[in-house]
Amino acid sequence: MFNITGSKVLSAFILKKDYKRILIWIAILVILSFYVAKSFPSLYPTDMDAKAIVDTLANPAMIAMLGPYYGDTNSFQMGAIFSAEMLLFTALAVAIMNILLITRHTRKDEEEGRLELIRSLPVGKSAILFSTLSVYTVVNIVMGFLIGISLALAGIESMNWSGSILYGMTLSATGILFATTTSVFSQLTQTTRGTLGYSFSFLGFTYLLRAIGDINSEALSLISPLGLIMRTKTYVENVWWPILIVLALSVIIGYIAFRLNNIRDLNASFIPVKPGKKDASIFLQSPLGLAWRNQRGTIIGWAIGMMILGASYGSILGDVESFFSGNEMYQKLLEGIGGAGSMVEQFVVMLYAIIAMVGTVPVLQIILKLRHEEKRNRLEHILSRVVSRGKLIFSYVTLATITSLIMSFAGTFGLYSASASVATTHLKFSTMMKASLAYLPAIWVFMSITVLLLGMFPKAIKVIWVYLGLTFATIYFGGLLQLPEWVSNLTPFGHVQKIPMEDYNIISGIVLFAISISLILIGNIKYRTRNLEG
Amino acid sequence: MSVLKVENLTKKFGKFTALDNVSLELQEGEVFGFIGPNGAGKTTTIRSILGILKATSGKITVFGKDSWKDAVEIHKRLAFVPGDVSLWPNLTGGEIIDLFIKLNGSNNKSKKEELIKLFDLDPSKKCRTYSKGNRQKVALIAALSVDADLYILDEPTSGLDPLMEKIFQECIRNLKSEGKTIFLSSHILSEVEQLCDRVCIIRKGKIIETGSLKELRHLMRNQITIETKSTVSDLENLKGLYGLTVRDNTYNFQADADKLISIINHFNSYGIVNLESMPPTLEDLFMHHYSNGEVNSNV
Repeated sequence: MFNITGSKVLSAFILKKDYKRILIWIAILVILSFYVAKSFPSLYPTDMDAKAIVDTLANPAMIAMLGPYYGDTNSFQMGAIFSAEMLLFTALAVAIMNILLITRHTRKDEEEGRLELIRSLPVGKSAILFSTLSVYTVVNIVMGFLIGISLALAGIESMNWSGSILYGMTLSATGILFATTTSVFSQLTQTTRGTLGYSFSFLGFTYLLRAIGDINSEALSLISPLGLIMRTKTYVENVWWPILIVLALSVIIGYIAFRLNNIRDLNASFIPVKPGKKDASIFLQSPLGLAWRNQRGTIIGWAIGMMILGASYGSILGDVESFFSGNEMYQKLLEGIGGAGSMVEQFVVMLYAIIAMVGTVPVLQIILKLRHEEKRNRLEHILSRVVSRGKLIFSYVTLATITSLIMSFAGTFGLYSASASVATTHLKFSTMMKASLAYLPAIWVFMSITVLLLGMFPKAIKVIWVYLGLTFATIYFGGLLQLPEWVSNLTPFGHVQKIPMEDYNIISGIVLFAISISLILIGNIKYRTRNLEG
Repeated sequence: MSVLKVENLTKKFGKFTALDNVSLELQEGEVFGFIGPNGAGKTTTIRSILGILKATSGKITVFGKDSWKDAVEIHKRLAFVPGDVSLWPNLTGGEIIDLFIKLNGSNNKSKKEELIKLFDLDPSKKCRTYSKGNRQKVALIAALSVDADLYILDEPTSGLDPLMEKIFQECIRNLKSEGKTIFLSSHILSEVEQLCDRVCIIRKGKIIETGSLKELRHLMRNQITIETKSTVSDLENLKGLYGLTVRDNTYNFQADADKLISIINHFNSYGIVNLESMPPTLEDLFMHHYSNGEVNSNV
């Protein structure tokens, strides 16, 4: 029925092409799992620490994110906590690995014309699909075993061999499932991007379905393959049937992929390629429109990321007090933010700083994009037309400024909605937003330094990341490392008031704002008088 | 009237001199060929004209305005096709053409549609799927859709198939008949030969020859083949004759243009049976300048 002549050679070829990638993926997953397990006793040394984390894991926001906690809520077993914290996210990583690697050997090779070469040789029609899926089935199983063995060897009392191997096999089954679904999508779509898009959407869909299901309805979770596989309840009940069901499902999905592959032409697809727009929309008529169009994916993606970041902090806000009171290291960390105030307030202040600093990344990326465009010879198209350099740079600064607002809002919104749903804090949205907006002038100083670099030292523009990294280290670890105050004064983020613990001081905001305006002006002048590369 | 004037343009990148005292001038309504191999300085010259690069010394005026200071003002009347067309992979060809036309400050939809048909481009495809030729078409259509006074085209036909090259040449002829000025940089000599009124050759950042094709040819030797009745003697004393090969009574050689008459007269006394003369092609001209390592000042 399916001709797989030549699969042996092709499998060896796939391994030869991929062994480095495979080794890196496996090494990262094994080491990460082992290391986290190993560090568990020091993370939760007392029963009280364990209780704090179990309480956190039991709140709905965490369940939505990580899946249910199956362990006993009174006797704290490290294995149960480990599996609740790590299994789903490791499974996501395994799914991503399979989506990327399977796409590489199926649709990508086909789209780039390499499959045509192979198919012109005495090779069966199904051989490539068969070799790819065989190799990766083995890879997934080996990876699962290695993770299982490493966990069993980590020497945690409640993480025994049977639980550890099941943990590994749960990941193997997840990998095999996403390998086969990806191979179906690579039959359905005509481009690599299409295959990746559908595969990741499917992954996202199963994750969301499970999130809703885990909070509200067990049935929904069981429909989602990702939810189903979590029902192995590793280290708690150790049930094997979800793995068997997922494997059976994979066989059926794999069969569908083979059928589809058999009845279609090379380079053809079942989902027709949607033609793009023939004309530019009303938004794509200016340098600003072009900048938005090229960056909107990044901006939207980051906004969602910021919301999740805010939400994940917000969801643990209620447990913060009990959690930190026993943790001396964190107490020291928080002292670095300065001032008195309740633990929660101190924590929140740290959160705003983190959200602001993380939210600076996409803002800087937009300015850096202008440099990227220059290096890719694409500015030539714009500047050879009726567009001045001043207008070009102004467009990017405008987009970056709007982005800084979006990020600030998204992070705060996530923080607020998650903390409101756990209903343990009394902070108002307006207070939160005010605290977050107080950081905007500091973000703009970073943006304007990037503009200055773009104008004066374009080759060194990436130095801005080093500065941001050092800023992060200073603000985050400043208290722990007992850094003197002048160090934190070296970064604009050190000059922002800690709302709600401190009052907003408009002077420092105005000073930061004035600095950024002047830096942008200087950068602009320098940019207008230098050579462009393209 | 001079549309574009480059005077003693020198451009240095650090220690490297990319352009050394380049001067050229375009008159209104002429098609000007700018030829030279890759790395000769064609693109650097064009980028300086566009105000993307700042001249180290020298002066460039377009429509009587300074190319660096008044770039935006100049670009209102100018259309440009870059040599290496790099586009945004996530936009379709149609979207990019629209954007470019808009950025040029004009809005000629019918012209765009006409050119898309003419060049046989599918404007609904994302640029990441376009071949080099199709990317070139996008840039060409965008530039040709604009009603400009000066068209600067940097190797516009690279990647186009012969059919499309023909269409392109047709477009250039139409522009010329409308009285537009065209600056055509190329290393495809046949193209320049067919389209251009005047030609300028650049080599290692220096202009080594400028003039009409006729003038340039005059400086070159014709390729002559003569068959005579009887054997020709006394060839050694003939001036302006080079690279002679003889087979039976057929003589193959190059001749200086100004010595041609005396050479033919000499051969004629031996009874010419057949005579073929080939004028030098731009290719010969080009090779002449590039094959010898140094610039030959008297050609």
